[in-house]
Amino acid sequence: MNVRLYILQRATAAVMAPLVLAHLVVIFYATSRGLSAVEILGRTRGSVGWALFYGLFVLAAATHGAIGVRVVASEWTGLRGRQLDALMLGAGAILAALGLRAVVAVTL
Amino acid sequence: MGHPTRQSSTAHRGSILWIAFLVHRLSGVALAVFLPLHFLALGLAIDGEARLDGFLRWIANPLVKLAEMVLVFLLAVHMLGGMRVLVIENLPWRDGQKRIATAALAVAALAAVVFFARAA
Repeated sequence: MNVRLYILQRATAAVMAPLVLAHLVVIFYATSRGLSAVEILGRTRGSVGWALFYGLFVLAAATHGAIGVRVVASEWTGLRGRQLDALMLGAGAILAALGLRAVVAVTL
Repeated sequence: MGHPTRQSSTAHRGSILWIAFLVHRLSGVALAVFLPLHFLALGLAIDGEARLDGFLRWIANPLVKLAEMVLVFLLAVHMLGGMRVLVIENLPWRDGQKRIATAALAVAALAAVVFFARAA
């Protein structure tokens, strides 16, 4: 992992720490109240705040996760150099695409 | 100068700090695998609330609740373990790392159990 990826990994971790805490609170709230899909979507749809919150969360998680996958693959597999970069970019693209689709589904 | 023996090169694996590293690594891998599935499930809302509601009814199953409890633990322990790493790397060294690592595991386990008790 080069210095740029290392800093990006740590920066996205720092961004996500409060977002994960907030997400855990949301999970606790929704599950303890037994909210239905209609009730959940009634709260999130049309909300710019939730869209920004989860949009940022998804992008930070996709970046953090992709770099993490690269680190693990470099230590646990024989992949090297461009193969690792391709794996990282692929993982990041899949996470970002599916995550942003989910944000659109829940907030638009 | 000799090569370290296998025993001495793996002796650290009994340490709580090595276990903390392992838990952080494995929870990160598990979250990377789970996250696309989580996103796909939420994406069901694109096809209408009924599909998402069907999914939410399915996750009311006790076995799925148990799996969710594990996921809450993984998310909490990965976050707390990551915060410990950030503190070690960016703030002055403080003693008691083993206690901090144990506390991270304990708090994550508590969060998962409380989640399960409220959701069940």
